[in-house]
Amino acid sequence: MAVGALACARHRLPLAGEAVPAGFPSPAEEYLERPLDLNEYVAPRPEATFFVRVSGDSMIGAGIHHGDLLVVDRSQEPRPGNVVIALVDGEFTVKRLVREGEGLVLAPENEAYAPIALTPETEFSVWGVVRHVVHRV
Amino acid sequence: MPAAYALIDCNNFYASCERVFRPELRGRPVVVLSNNDGCVIARSAEAKELGVGMGTPYFKCRTMLERQGVAVFSSNYALYGDLSARVMRVLGRFCPSVEIYSIDEAFADLSGVPGGAAAFSRRLRATVEAWTGIPVSIGLGPTKTLAKLANRFAKKQPRCRGVFDLAASPDPDRVLRWTDVGEVWGIGPRHAKRLRKLGVRTALDFRELKREWVRRKMTVTGLHTLLELRGLPCLDFASGPPSKKTIVSSRSFGHPVTRLEDLMEATAQYATRAAEKLRRQRSVAGHVLVHLETNRFRLGEPQYNNAAPVPLAVATAHTPDLIRAAQAGLKRIFRDGYAYKKCGVMLSGLESEDGRWLSLLDLPPDAHGRHAPLMRAVDACNSRWGRDTVKFAASGLNGTWRMRRELCSPRYTTAWEELLTVKAG
Repeated sequence: MAVGALACARHRLPLAGEAVPAGFPSPAEEYLERPLDLNEYVAPRPEATFFVRVSGDSMIGAGIHHGDLLVVDRSQEPRPGNVVIALVDGEFTVKRLVREGEGLVLAPENEAYAPIALTPETEFSVWGVVRHVVHRV
Repeated sequence: MPAAYALIDCNNFYASCERVFRPELRGRPVVVLSNNDGCVIARSAEAKELGVGMGTPYFKCRTMLERQGVAVFSSNYALYGDLSARVMRVLGRFCPSVEIYSIDEAFADLSGVPGGAAAFSRRLRATVEAWTGIPVSIGLGPTKTLAKLANRFAKKQPRCRGVFDLAASPDPDRVLRWTDVGEVWGIGPRHAKRLRKLGVRTALDFRELKREWVRRKMTVTGLHTLLELRGLPCLDFASGPPSKKTIVSSRSFGHPVTRLEDLMEATAQYATRAAEKLRRQRSVAGHVLVHLETNRFRLGEPQYNNAAPVPLAVATAHTPDLIRAAQAGLKRIFRDGYAYKKCGVMLSGLESEDGRWLSLLDLPPDAHGRHAPLMRAVDACNSRWGRDTVKFAASGLNGTWRMRRELCSPRYTTAWEELLTVKAG
């Protein structure tokens, strides 16, 4: 069992240095600010960010519905507790990575589905960490 | 501090791109076909091992590929361009200075990076693969030519695990002895043939030649190659032999540039220059990449670098089309409030002018100016592949003209309706 995409997390530089102002802007400030860009919010590292589409309802409890768009960040080191895009026996699936005793489990968030225990025999890697869900209301 | 050039090269780039979203293809042979599914233009390591030749017409090897279980793809420049831009952007984020050399290769100057160039390269390689899914090999050397050589060694020798530093090797000459003279950067096939006749077979043989002789027989270009092999840098950033896979036109500005209008002009100029080179070698391009960067050495200034891939619906050498594509890409990545140092245009997906596909329906109504070359191209196609291979829509559509891209993978990163689907089940 190998958790993939675990590289170099310590070696990061900020993209542009400045923080996005969150409060009410001061009228004294110069009009230099750019309009808010949703991309900056959901994808601070665009080169490592991928969008994927969900099929199925096993993650309803995490607010992930059939047809939703997931924002996946491959620069994130996967940790227990993260919702991840995992590759299990050659197939992509979205689940929550949960520590269970000594091992790891890919847990659904819908009682109709069973968790996938990750044994040493399972061919498993993490393709990316899910950071946001885009859900049409 | 001695110079430490790095050549970062994506492993079997097009095949690797197809694997990012199809991980079950890891370890399986993969080939990619040219526009219109004409011939093999890229092969995974496994496909090379099966003996699939570069440039083999698809109809000739199709049965063999099927029998061997090779995964075959039409070229998907939307996908390759996007992943290339991502790789370049990761490099730009971590390296002090980067020069994009082709769609899948870049040089970086790693002199003075903390922890040493080799350790840095290992981290860089792991990061690029983790972030983008694309495996790369990194060669390090005191000159660009030696970095290229080191990169080939890194790629071919599994025990290097993708990174090889020539300067740290106990026996660097062994690598030069291992390298065929024709594989040396800047020694073309013609010179290689002549050199072999004289018994100069390896990079090491070449390095031992007399300067004067090389200067006389191979001009100053050959002399530069010789000196570079001896560890004396002659090629700095933005110089060196042109890549066969791509045409690059880019330059650093004399003054920092902040306005979009100025960058638009520069981009148009670079696109024009690249288009000229393209036509000179009688090629057409299927893909445009625009890149933009601030000056990394100005500490304290906000930094930004980005690249925009623009796939072309029809491969072309038509300057206005290329300018339009390049400028559209530039607009997408331009951000206000930065002082830019450099921008550039790279053309890839190069194919010979005669072999290209013409989609007559894509021509805008104002295409009169293109009629002459269009006609020449239509005639060329028809004389090569038989009458009516290419014909006018008005003469009836039976579908034979339609571009064949039957094996194209989804545009996973550039089309909302073609995203990867993951199962929540």
